[in-house]
Parts: sequence; C-alpha cells; structure tokens
Amino acid sequence: MELRQSDVAGAGALTRRAWLEAGAVVVGFCLAPTQAALAQTAAAAAGAGRSLRLDEVDSFLAFRGDGTVVVYSGKVDLGTGHRIAMRQMVGEELALAVERIELIEGDTALTPNQGPTAGSTGVMRGGVQLRQAAATAREALLAMAAQRLALPAERLTLSDGEVRAPDGRSIGVAALIAGRTFDVKMNPKAPLKHPSKYVLVGQSLPRPDMPDKVTGRHVFVHDHVVPGMVHGRVVRPPAVGARVLAVDESSVSKLPGVRVVRIADFVGVVSADEWAVVRAARELAVQWSDSAPLIGHSAVVDWARSGPFVAEEVISAKGDAQRVVALRDAADAVHASYAWPIQSHGSIGPSCAVADVRPDGGTVWTASQASHRFLNVFASLVDLPREKLRVIYLDGAGCYGMNGHDDAAADAVLLSKAVGKPVRVQWSREDELGWDPKGPPQLLDLKATLTPDGRIDAWETDMWVPRATANLEWIPLLGPLAAGMRQPVGQAVGLVSQNGDPPYGANAVKVTAHWLGPAPLRPSNIRAPGKVANCFAVESFVDELAAKARADPLAFRLRDMANPRGAGVIRRVAQMVGWQPRPSPAVAARGGVAAGRGMAYIHYKNNETYVAVAMEVEVDRATGEIAVRRVCCAHDCGLMINPDAVRAQVEGNILQTLSRTLYEETTFDRSRVTSVDWASYRLLRFSAVPRLEIALIERREEPPLGAGEAASTPVPAALANAVFDATGVRLRSVPFTSGKVKALLA
Amino acid sequence: MPTFTLTVNDATRTVEAWDPEVPLLYALRNDLGLHAVKFGCGLAQCGSRLVLLDDAPALSCIVRLKDVGARRVVTPEGLGSPDKPHPVQAAFIAEQAAQCGYCTNGIVMATVALLRRIPRPTREQAQQALAGNLCKCGSHDRVLRAVQRAAEAARG
Repeated sequence: MELRQSDVAGAGALTRRAWLEAGAVVVGFCLAPTQAALAQTAAAAAGAGRSLRLDEVDSFLAFRGDGTVVVYSGKVDLGTGHRIAMRQMVGEELALAVERIELIEGDTALTPNQGPTAGSTGVMRGGVQLRQAAATAREALLAMAAQRLALPAERLTLSDGEVRAPDGRSIGVAALIAGRTFDVKMNPKAPLKHPSKYVLVGQSLPRPDMPDKVTGRHVFVHDHVVPGMVHGRVVRPPAVGARVLAVDESSVSKLPGVRVVRIADFVGVVSADEWAVVRAARELAVQWSDSAPLIGHSAVVDWARSGPFVAEEVISAKGDAQRVVALRDAADAVHASYAWPIQSHGSIGPSCAVADVRPDGGTVWTASQASHRFLNVFASLVDLPREKLRVIYLDGAGCYGMNGHDDAAADAVLLSKAVGKPVRVQWSREDELGWDPKGPPQLLDLKATLTPDGRIDAWETDMWVPRATANLEWIPLLGPLAAGMRQPVGQAVGLVSQNGDPPYGANAVKVTAHWLGPAPLRPSNIRAPGKVANCFAVESFVDELAAKARADPLAFRLRDMANPRGAGVIRRVAQMVGWQPRPSPAVAARGGVAAGRGMAYIHYKNNETYVAVAMEVEVDRATGEIAVRRVCCAHDCGLMINPDAVRAQVEGNILQTLSRTLYEETTFDRSRVTSVDWASYRLLRFSAVPRLEIALIERREEPPLGAGEAASTPVPAALANAVFDATGVRLRSVPFTSGKVKALLA
Repeated sequence: MPTFTLTVNDATRTVEAWDPEVPLLYALRNDLGLHAVKFGCGLAQCGSRLVLLDDAPALSCIVRLKDVGARRVVTPEGLGSPDKPHPVQAAFIAEQAAQCGYCTNGIVMATVALLRRIPRPTREQAQQALAGNLCKCGSHDRVLRAVQRAAEAARG
C-alpha cells in the first residue's frame, strides 16, 4: 500500500519507540488527509525528536518491527518518479522489496535537509545519499548479527529483512534493532552492491502513485483539507508596484462569510465558501495607485544589451587569447545573436497551499521544492521560532523550477495568521501566469572563424543575463513584500552561464558573461536554467559554421568530438533518424511545404548527461507554421535507476521544450503581464505532438546522472537547424511563432 | 438557500448553493468531496475540469450548477478506483501515462468520451480529440499510447 505523506503527518508527535511499535498499526489503515491534519496539532508538529543530521543513518532510514523500512527523503517527487526510484536504490542495498519500503518526502519535522529538489539532483545527489545510508545500515546490521551468531560478518547475507548465515540460522532485522535507533554514523565507504548484481535498480518498476493519480484519488496540496479550514485569495494589483489607496469592503458584503484582510498593500479575502472568495477577489473594490515600472517585453533585448550591468565575468577561456581578440576584426568571421524570452512555468494547476498558523506553532502544506528553506522564511513571517513551525510537502501541479507555489504558501501563512484559522489559498490562472517568478531573458552574441580545412578556429561567446544575487537567502515573496515585511533584496536565476562554449574542438575559445542587474520581471530558476538558451545559441551557431564550411552538420560535429560518450549519442541519433550526410540547407523543394532535418547535442553542464536530439520538420511557407513530425533522442545519463521513469523525463523534456520554443513568451507592458491565459500564453497541444523515438544508453557501471533537464536543452537548436535545413531561414529568437517565420520567409 | 438535486456517479446527491451561478466544479469538489476534477484556468481553455454530462464531455468550470438539471454527471471517481480501474484508467496505469498528474483526470475523461464516439481512433483522431486538454509536463506521447491500448483492450 502506498503510504501518503499526509498519512504520517502525525508521526512527528510520537516518540521514536512509540513510532516503531505503532508502525504496523499506522500502515494498517489509510487516514484521510483531514484526519491526518487532526492528529497533527501545531504544538506537536515540531517536536518530532528525530535525528535530521546528514551524517547519521537514522536520519534517512527507520526499521519497523514488521521488517518494513521507512525512508526519509529531503528530495521530493515532482511527478518525476522519485517515489519509485528512491525505493529502488534503498531496496537494492537492503535486498528488500519496494513494497516493503515507505517513503516520506520533504517534511521539515521528519526528513533531513538534502537541499532543494532542483537542478536534476534528485537521484544524482539525494538518491545517492539514501543509497549510502542503506549501505551503511546493511553493514551495521551484518555486524550486529555477526555478534549474535558468533560468525564473521563477511559470511552473512541480508535479504527480505533477515540476516542469514550459511548454516541455515537467521535473525530478523526487527529482532536486531526494533525499538532502538541505529546510532550509526554514515559511512561514505560502506560497500555498495556491485551493479552486476542489481535486481531492483535498472528495472522499470511502476510508479506507486500512478493508480491514485489516474483514478482521481491522489491527494494534491490543492485537495488537502484541514478541519476548520477556510478559503483565501489574494487580490493582486493591476500594476506591478501599485499601492493600495482605498478598499471598499461593502463591495463584497453580500457574499457569504467573506472577510477582508489588509496588511499595508497586501489585500486578501477569506471565507469558508470557496466560490464566495473567488467572487470576492474579483469583485472587491480596491483603488490602486498608478504604477508603470516595467520596460515592456519588446524592450527586453535592448535592455539586455545596454544594462545596467553589475559585473563582467570570463566564464571560460582556452587556447590563444589573441586569436579571440582578432575575431572582432576578422573579415571572414561569422557573427550571430540569439535571444531567449521571459517565460512562465505555465503550471496547469495554479499554485496552492494550506497554512495553519496558531499563536503557539503552525504547519504549512506546500508543493515547494525547498521545504526546509521556506521553514525559516515562514517562521520569520509569523514571528515563531523555527522549531514551532513545520513545512510539509504535498504534490502540486508540475512546476519546472520555482513557480508560484512558495508565494502561495506565504499568502496562506499571512492569511492564516490574520484570521486565526487554517487557510487554503489557490491562485487564479491570471495570478499564476501573471505573477509566478519567470524564467529570465537571455541574449547571446557569438563569433567564430574557421580554419582553412573547415574546423572551428577561434570562438567567442558573449552572454547577457541577469545575475543571481550571491548568498540570497530566498527569492523575495509577493505577499510579504506587499505587506511591507522584510524580504531579501536580490534575485535567483539558477546556474545560467554553463554550456556557453562549443562542445567540439576549437583552437581558441572565450566565454564572457555580462551580468545584468534586476530582471524586468521577478526571475527564478526554470527548467535547465540558462543552459536551454545557451545550447540554443551554441548549437545553432555550430550549424551556421557548418553551413559556411559547406559541411554536413552532423559530420562537422563528430569530426572534432573528443568525448566518446558524446560521440556515442550523436552516432546513435544519426542512425535512429536515418541521417543523410549533406550540407544544409536542403535543395529547396518547390511547393508550399518545405521539409528539413536538424540536430543538436549537449554534454549537460559539461560534466553530466550526454544528449543528442535530431528532428524532422515541415514548414508551411504560406503561413509560417512549423510542424514537428518526428523527434529522435539518444540519451546517456549513466546508471538508470528506473529506465521508464528516465524515458518519461526525456519525453517531457522534449515536448515541453518544443512548447517553449514554438510558442511561449511572457508579454508585458509598462505596468503588468499581459499573457495571462492560455490564449495569450500558448502551449503545445496534443494535435501538434510529434512522433518520439528515444534511445536510452545503458551504463550500469557509471554513476547515475540527472535526467530531469538535460534532454530539454538540444531541442530548440535542433528545431532551428531543421527549419534552416528546410527553408534556408535561420531562426535566432524564441519563440518561433508562425508570424516570425512567415516574415523571415517573405 | 436554493437546493439542487444532481445525479452524480449514479447516485442522487443534494447540494445547497447560495449562488446558483456557482460552477459545477465547486459543488463537486467542496460539497461532494469529489476532488478529481481540478481547477486549471476557469476559462474553458485547459480541460482540467472535464466531466461527463449524459456521456458528453463538459467543462465543469463553465457549467453552472443551476444548469445541470437531470443530466447524469460522471467524474473520474465514478469511472473506477485504484483497485478496480476503468479500462481507460487501467490503460493509463499500464502506460504510466502521467507525470505530475494534475491534468490527467481531465484527459482520462476526454478519452472515455472519445472512445464512446470512435471506438478505434487513429493516433491523429486521438490527437484532435484531446487537443482541448493541456499538459505541461509532456506526458502526451504516453497518453496517446494509453488511448491506443484502451481501444485495443475494449476490442478484446
């Protein structure tokens, strides 16, 4: 049975011993979330008494009396399959079936702080840590059993919750440790099972949450109900930075049970009736000051080039620096500029959270990627010591970085404190697309020359991108800012400067970041931060160089590809798509529809996953519409814990990035975001989904690398390169709208 | 307070509403505890709130409670359960056709409606039929495989 996060919400109040003894009972029935919330008084919430230290096995694992194991994971499942992958990694080391492993995620009272679930680190860092805890536990269990059985540990084996000796004797794990904690330090050298002996890792086991998700039973944070809970909405201003001049509460006095909460420029409404607050948020008459602090989306590229800048940084430099300098005046140099727009996370469910803040403590249920980080933030908002507050992860609608969920949680915290009741806040569609932190804009200039034999000689990348504020505690949140509460000053954008250099041989390379100050709209990390735009620029530009050299773009890349795993995915994708070697563009076919193919490659972050993507497209010359017919992808992320979960990530990366590349741009005027529904912020629809062919390269003996982001990055360039192949037109700014394509074709 | 009698998942249910204009979704989620239908946009642009009204797909965000009348409402909970999934739900499980799962129930409902209309749809027909449902995680290809699987299972 799948034990939900919320089912064990009350566990924190139990002592360790009681928890272990109660274990069988706790798993015996499935509490509705409401009951879970009942069991979890605010006062009990924080006093879990569990070790949360990263150097102790007990922080990650607990063995129950019935031989089942509870895994405490600081990383969470964002629809990505961690819920099965983490069980596989732990189960493998403990030789325990995944059905006998419960998983608790992202609960500040119960799970250690393994850092936010971001940057494709879930398995690579979080899972590897859990695996090491399990290996340490196995070592300790064998040592304990060796003492009891008076045999050397090397002769004992652990499986299915029992330690067995060659003479047939066995001793249950429960008998060894039930009722006690391990008190064993993590041993980073505890031996891991050899990959050749894996029975769970490498299997495409089904995700345990899937039956509930497709039958409507899965409890999202949106569905979480706490006794006495009321619904809340925040009325956002019509312009960024507008101040409240007046609120006319009588405008909503006829709506049942509606109470207006105002803290400085923070205006919220609450009621026990959700429809009443939906209407109240729309109908509340608020007079706002005029405000026009934005530059408008059409001015973003100019802003990026003109600054103000906060710093300039050489990201990488190799080879003869003089050759790079000479590029600037070289008559035969190729130059091109590429632009990436501001984008929303575009979560299908607007952000939601539930907070129950009392004078003596509280709990926040949130879809945050970083429960531990926001524990401190929320505690500071309500003047509670962090020990008195608990933040519990519950699934939200897919985010792809920090969408509005942390803001919604702060809204709920402020409203709950104000009305003294648990408050559920769900944003509107307009709130989400208008106010979620945005993927930052990026601008890149590239220059290069070729050697006489058509190889890359000198290469220079200049990138203009908002700079992440050093040591920023957290991204300033909307509600607290409006309420006049102290928030950090600064911005987060993720690691945006990687992969700005060509992954192929070149005689001299220089990559410079021109760091910009505050972005036009509040930025945050969004899937494959920076890398998606950098790879778009670099891999489009490599194609431009190949075209100049009249070389086949794939052969051009392979010729100077030193990395065998990189060459491996390129060759594989060429085989999959049936790549015909020839320079681009194709010989122009007559008629209304032009067909072409393109490819792109990345070695993600220069030290992680290898991906090559090739695709076939058709371009309607009359309308400028691009139809992506077929996408092939070869993907090497080292050891795959669950290949089907990896495949799902690769599929999602490809389709989501096609959506970002073809359609997505957040538009805004001088006052506000104007792309606030699905008509003005378009997404890829089923009708435009191409055929996907994915090859996952098996590397059982290599370390596991991330799969959550890498495959997104080659997609935009592969698409641009295919359009160039079809039409001879080079798309250098995202999105590739039909209007843009049509204008270029004219 | 006005009272409305609905037929939901083959049961007769009574709902009170101070505002008869309330979208069906809020009555289903908050009054009847059927939370499988999700708020996505409230604008009939995403399909997250899809239910069946007399076997035809309908967006519960724009269907007003007062307009439901005697029509039979089916929500995802009325199709099947984790232990006894509807054949379409079983096909989605077999194909692991969800990521975050927020949009999934609307897509399952749209698939049920499609297969009633066209028992053996081509991939292109399925793509057109689901074009009103948005997914941001990129589960589309699996969903299309699940539609084919469900159609084949129904054929036997």
